[in-house]
Amino acid sequence: MSDPRFRVTSDPLDVTTVSSIVSSADCGAVATFVGLVRNENGGRRVLWLEYEAYEPLAVKSFVRIDEEAGERWPSVGLAIHHRVGRIAIGDASVVIAAASPHRAEAFAACRYAIERIKQIAPIWKHEHFEGGEIWIEGATADPMDEDARRIAFGQCT
Amino acid sequence: MAGAPEITRTLPEGSSVRAAWDSLVGEFPGFEDYTRAVSCAVNEEYARMTTPLSDGDDVAFLPPVSGG
Repeated sequence: MSDPRFRVTSDPLDVTTVSSIVSSADCGAVATFVGLVRNENGGRRVLWLEYEAYEPLAVKSFVRIDEEAGERWPSVGLAIHHRVGRIAIGDASVVIAAASPHRAEAFAACRYAIERIKQIAPIWKHEHFEGGEIWIEGATADPMDEDARRIAFGQCT
Repeated sequence: MAGAPEITRTLPEGSSVRAAWDSLVGEFPGFEDYTRAVSCAVNEEYARMTTPLSDGDDVAFLPPVSGG
């Protein structure tokens, strides 16, 4: 049975479900991040996004991000669900929940997780816009790149 | 990018991931543009271009990612 905290799915995402996975009696805070499909990108009118993942490695990348966050914020429990397939404008592509006894660590770990997903998770956006389509190319996925990791940590303080 | 989700190629024993990539660049010239941006995985684990390969290894080349 796979870890329910880290998932790649073609089903719609639900924030309550993801946050309930990590919430517990000793948590005074759950910070959630929901990434949505936006109707505009770089001046293009976006119609929908098609996400593709290299699923086994994507799930492992989430586990890795959790381990990295755990070194910095040991009190935080993290869950990451990423959707793949065609996603409509306004629908969620990713949901992150970070639970902790206190809010500062929860906010920080939640931010760290989304920054690292964008750096290393083997997931790709295929943008369909008015007049065409394009694969969005972001970061070279190198989890051992310490500079990238420092940049991600820098977003969280 | 190669027009197929999976392709099988034979390389000399002990070849690196880089050698596998170079052979694909020979086959699909459009790959050349990605040589500096691509990363890789071997048997569903992150790897380096210097990682040596063994018979039956499953190599994935990852174009720049854009999840989230």
